[in-house]
Amino acid sequence: MALPTYASPLQRIWYYTFRVICGIIFFYLMFPILVIIPLSFNAQDFFTFTPEMLALDPAGFSLKHYEDFFTNSDWQQATRNSLTIAPMATLISVSLGTLAAIGLSQSHVPFKRAIMAILISPMIVPLIISAAGMYFFFSAIGLQGTYWGVVLAHAILGIPFVIITVTATMVGFDRSLTRAAASMGAGPVKTFFKVQLPLILPGVISGSLFAFITSFDEVVVVIFVGSAAQQTLPWQMFIGLREQISPTILAVATLMVGLSILLLATLEMLRRRNEKMRGMSPA
Amino acid sequence: MKLKTAMMGAAGIVALTAGGAVAQDMANEMTIVSWGGAYQASQDNAYFQPYLSDHSDVTIITDESSADAVARLRAMTEANNVTWDLVDVEAADSLRLCDEGLAMPIDHDAVLAAAPDGTSATEDFGPMIVSECFIPQIVFSTTFGYRTDMVPEGVDAPTDACAVFDLETYPGRRALNRRPVGNMEWALLCDGVPYEEVYETLETEEGLERAFAMLDTIKDQTIWWSAAAETPQLLADGEIFMGSTYNGRLFSAIAEQDQPIGMAWGYQMLDIDGWIVPAGLPEDRLARVMAFLNFATDTQRLADQAKYISYGPARASSAPMVGTHETLGIEMAPHMPTDPANMTGAFVTNYLWWADYRDEIDARFQAWLAQ
Amino acid sequence: MTTTDLEADAVRGGEPLKRSLARALRRQKMRALLLIAPLLIFIFVGFLMPIVSMLTRSVENNIVQDTLPQTVAALQDWDIDSEDLPPEAVFRAMAADLQIAIPDRTALQVARRMNFEAAGWTTMMRRALRAVPDWDLETDGPFRERFLDLHRDWGSLETWRALKAYSSEYTTGYYLAAVDRTMVSGHVEPLPDNQSLHLMLFWRTAWMSGLICFLALLLGYPVAFLLANIKERHANLLLILVLLPFWTSLLVRTSSWKVLLQDQGVVNQFLVWIGLVADDNRLTMINNKFGVIVAMTQILLPFMILPLYSVMKTIPPSYVRAAKSLGATDWTAFWRVYFPQSVPGIGAGAILVFIMAVGYYITPELVGGPSGMFISNRIAHQWYVSGNWGLVGALGTILLLAVLVLYWVYDKVVGIDNVKLG
Repeated sequence: MALPTYASPLQRIWYYTFRVICGIIFFYLMFPILVIIPLSFNAQDFFTFTPEMLALDPAGFSLKHYEDFFTNSDWQQATRNSLTIAPMATLISVSLGTLAAIGLSQSHVPFKRAIMAILISPMIVPLIISAAGMYFFFSAIGLQGTYWGVVLAHAILGIPFVIITVTATMVGFDRSLTRAAASMGAGPVKTFFKVQLPLILPGVISGSLFAFITSFDEVVVVIFVGSAAQQTLPWQMFIGLREQISPTILAVATLMVGLSILLLATLEMLRRRNEKMRGMSPA
Repeated sequence: MKLKTAMMGAAGIVALTAGGAVAQDMANEMTIVSWGGAYQASQDNAYFQPYLSDHSDVTIITDESSADAVARLRAMTEANNVTWDLVDVEAADSLRLCDEGLAMPIDHDAVLAAAPDGTSATEDFGPMIVSECFIPQIVFSTTFGYRTDMVPEGVDAPTDACAVFDLETYPGRRALNRRPVGNMEWALLCDGVPYEEVYETLETEEGLERAFAMLDTIKDQTIWWSAAAETPQLLADGEIFMGSTYNGRLFSAIAEQDQPIGMAWGYQMLDIDGWIVPAGLPEDRLARVMAFLNFATDTQRLADQAKYISYGPARASSAPMVGTHETLGIEMAPHMPTDPANMTGAFVTNYLWWADYRDEIDARFQAWLAQ
Repeated sequence: MTTTDLEADAVRGGEPLKRSLARALRRQKMRALLLIAPLLIFIFVGFLMPIVSMLTRSVENNIVQDTLPQTVAALQDWDIDSEDLPPEAVFRAMAADLQIAIPDRTALQVARRMNFEAAGWTTMMRRALRAVPDWDLETDGPFRERFLDLHRDWGSLETWRALKAYSSEYTTGYYLAAVDRTMVSGHVEPLPDNQSLHLMLFWRTAWMSGLICFLALLLGYPVAFLLANIKERHANLLLILVLLPFWTSLLVRTSSWKVLLQDQGVVNQFLVWIGLVADDNRLTMINNKFGVIVAMTQILLPFMILPLYSVMKTIPPSYVRAAKSLGATDWTAFWRVYFPQSVPGIGAGAILVFIMAVGYYITPELVGGPSGMFISNRIAHQWYVSGNWGLVGALGTILLLAVLVLYWVYDKVVGIDNVKLG
């Protein structure tokens, strides 16, 4: 979309106006995320910039909200809960999800569309409905208010993401490779681990990142299915926001933005690697 | 393959964290439900920490769901899976829970400690025991705080709840509880209904309409809170001029955090708060709770709580022991809702009436709010 | 089973190739299904069944019959349109039922159920709670007067009509309530204005979601266009600005909007500082619809940009160049050639954003206040404050049906197997 040298003045104006408009939209997307970072270093207990902060006076900044986060037992417990629930939920959704995605990508699957629709439905059904339904069911089987209850509920919510990302990598998967492996005498299990898995691994990993963030970020279902002993970070933030307790929330938010950047970077790295590998494969 | 090693590492971490999570056994956990914020902190200081230091085998898990306690307990009982062990509720809620069979009847003299002078618990708590399931803790009031620096020039600072309806003299945003209790009474009282006719009036359709009409005058200037900590925070942030909350929360904001907030005690709504034990707890959990209750509601503990927050202890024998604030050293008595200076114009919430009418008026109130 | 085995099979012979192929296909199908089965069962048991069973609560109503069997039976003979109170036998049956129900502590449960339909039942029942157990069924009649003494509403026609109308084992009552109707008089009629809000909330959820979807399209289209039409190296960099919000926690973004929009928040602070707004007259941007729309548009914008971008990437630039070389202006070339090819992306993004928006709960809860509340918030409120699970089921069913219809449309337009992430 480079500006040709013969462009008329009007075209020139539009060219730059368009870029300014896009710039404003990017600003709208990013600003809310960026603004909390400086605010989390506020020396006061306010959610706004103090005059000292605007004057870049070091006295206006402090790490006290971070200190609070790292010393407050509620926040620490919530962090621990989030970090024990999310990986387990991810493990379950990824292992079941990858198997199913491999099944789904076979050439003859009866009711494929219907099965797909069911497997993706946890992403579509409004969370409040899923949460209310799961509450009574998980109570009935004695899992409400337990670690495993929350893990299973979160695993269900993460599954659509695993299915979507893994089936997407399977589309580009060259089936002659499994046949080649089989013809050389590898059993199905060995073929899977030695041939198929390494090739779809980027999809599996990005699916697991999605599943992880789904659980790590989830608040509605955990409030219903969990009890106070499973209070996660987002839950603690939700309570804090309703009560407007303290800017510690902003410190937590900043740390969570850091985590998102980390996940995004991993994903980007995978994408590049995947593109390279695809380029080499005989597709 | 580097990625594979990374995957193996990740799987290892998963296995470790999961193992750790499972290892946290639930053997001696006790889930206590309360109101969060400064109030729960005072309970933590006066009851939980001292108890835990003597009983290192017990773990207390706190839940801040008291505001939704009735519906949550109904759901838990319906699902046959009560995960709470002890719940802090207002008097009216304790009546509702007791009558619906969701709270356990208590033999007060058998469960609770006698006063130091030997007075039985029943006598010591006296009329505060409003139902057979209720173990009283404190007398509190719902009252108004305002920003002292936002009072318009040349105008006297507000002294009572009715200032909240006076947008002309006191412009600015307000904060009110997102439920009918208190708001309906204030609306009628400030509209000129005499004290003794408030509940009678609320029983009629016209009375309800009259209360809603009064609330309508400030509806678009009002932020509706669902957690008691919201009003002090909104006041501290300068988001509102005036807001209702429990008096102890305002005390914390004023005395402990030194915020420019004043109290408007007039028409404060007095009420009682205490514990209930959910019905149908298994033996071991019940025994754990009862042991804790006996400790947490004795004369000394109730008096101790008043060192951290300005609520009146429910035991007669605790009252003389109320002294100064634990860290600030100021006298607590003048900050109590029951202090004679604050009692002029106080209104006693009719918890019996609210137990009867709460479900009905809740439905109307929420519909009104959403419109 | 692989091709090599098949061939070996065919050579070993005996069996016709056609049949052995069919068998191979069957096996292949079986293997695919076996791989899918664990997950399918997991989703079915852990997700679909719980939701369906919760939704069936919207029609269950056996509590009335189970708790007040004699009264329900006695009411059989009473005409719901009658202008007279039910006969003494009904009052006596009620007294008899309550003498069992009160010690069982089920009396208030049935009252609570009736209270959802006709406000006042819990009040009446609580009055009865303290008196009825002491009555002697044989000697203390007539009971009509006794009940009337307890609370005047025991003598109101509405009370008994409602009880009769809602006494069957299954009820449409919750669905009626979900669309602001009632049949307390025995006939379906609209609820009074001061009690109806569900239709309004459904409508609000729909139009606000529509507006958010439209705004997201308005803002997302230019960005996607830019990304698709610049050098890929630059596009990848700019894409990070879209993906980072996408990967950032919903609560983080909602909390930052809270920080930005409140009266003493960053936006107002800035407006006051540049002198656009007076210090004592700051804009109200939170706890209303405005706050919800601004925050949700930003939160859902990446879900619009990403599908748009993936479609636009596939539009060959040569078409637009061809149109221009044939004399089309920039606008005509865009509108007649480029835009029609981007429509699938618009469809995908718009439906996705709309589906997500109608089910939103967290953001309206935190920045919406009562006037920015969505239907999900009402459902949560019915759960947390009223404990009216039947109504939760009814409202949930309606919302879910709406979402499923959209899901079906999405499948037709985009295809579920074409959903892409990131």
